Amino acid sequence: MSTEPLWEVFVRSRRGLSHIHVGSLHAPDAEMAVRNARDVYTRRQEGVSIWVVPAGAITASSPDEKDSFFDPAGDKVYRHPTFYDIPDEVRHL
Amino acid sequence: MDATETDPREAAFQDLIDADGRVEPRDWMPDDYRRSLVRQIAQHAHSEIIGMQPEGNWITRAPSLRRKAILMAKVQDEAGHGLYLYAAAETLGVSRDELLDLLHAGKQKYSSIFNYPTLTWADMGAIGWLVDGAAITNQVPLCRCSYGPYARGMVRICKEESFHQRQGFESLLTLCRGTPAQRAMAQDALDRWWYPSLAMFGPPDGESTHTGKSMAWGIKRFSNDELRQKFVDMTVPQSHVLGLTIPDPELRWNDDRGHYDFTPPDWDELRRVITGDGPCNRQRMEHRVAAHTGGEWVREAAAAYAAKRRAAEATA
Repeated sequence: MSTEPLWEVFVRSRRGLSHIHVGSLHAPDAEMAVRNARDVYTRRQEGVSIWVVPAGAITASSPDEKDSFFDPAGDKVYRHPTFYDIPDEVRHL
Repeated sequence: MDATETDPREAAFQDLIDADGRVEPRDWMPDDYRRSLVRQIAQHAHSEIIGMQPEGNWITRAPSLRRKAILMAKVQDEAGHGLYLYAAAETLGVSRDELLDLLHAGKQKYSSIFNYPTLTWADMGAIGWLVDGAAITNQVPLCRCSYGPYARGMVRICKEESFHQRQGFESLLTLCRGTPAQRAMAQDALDRWWYPSLAMFGPPDGESTHTGKSMAWGIKRFSNDELRQKFVDMTVPQSHVLGLTIPDPELRWNDDRGHYDFTPPDWDELRRVITGDGPCNRQRMEHRVAAHTGGEWVREAAAAYAAKRRAAEATA
């Protein structure tokens, strides 16, 4: 038997929150993947909506290049509000 | 179906809204709700990308490398905010290209504030403090908007706006602690940006066309006038720290109301600016269209490169 394709599963725990990656599973097609995901990942009512995505469709950044890849944000502390010196008496800012 | 009968889906939808629930893209929703959201989110997205222009004007002339890096980071954020918002609109079944076409054809609007010119460096501080301050006042309640993708986009945006407002205040405070000429420049910027900032909240409640329905649907949580008052109440004490004078002789604390009394902006001016006759409307649109058409070759090159890579992979 040939290996069934791998699916990444995303679950929305409740309305208003985004789908979050919860794990993966094998299934012959997308519809079966959704059903299996329901049985595996929402047995205790963890979600109200499920997405499945073929694992092969995901392109990920390379762990080997992690340092150089994320390095450009490293020296830009001025992107954070705490970088700015505001007198204590200033409220609501 | 009988016209007098309410669609059961509409009743379920309203129940969800009334229970402070969130509507998600695949839910059934009334056409009017969808249209209202597309209009508002698109206008918001357009405002972010048009809003890059008045500040982009000063990047090359920032007074120090520090200020320049900050200003670039801020304009970069605005491009990002536009992206989040166009993406939220796309979950409602419209395409970004379609929305950009409507903007370029003048059929969708953007915030009136970006049709004012940025004449001095102090305008960068005033915009951060006042324009971003007004935007935050508007946007914080939108984090609880009934449409999930819009609300989630707003959470990200509000986090990032905090840096925008603080850098503006700090920049203005630096000028206010500087030479008399620098202080005068800061005061002049406040004089020019105060009323246009108040106008950002839109027409007074009695004249606002969209407010009623938007409130019933949980898209808006507060009326234009409520938000305007909130903004004035927060901003006036901040102006005292700067030592600047808000250009309104009627401005004073009202103990009975527990709010500041203030002069409203000139509504005729707001109408003129919205309908296309502000100081910079034509310049902003021309620049936007030129950037879009001028960038066509970049999009074409990216598509050609992706096609080339696909072909190489197929033969590998």
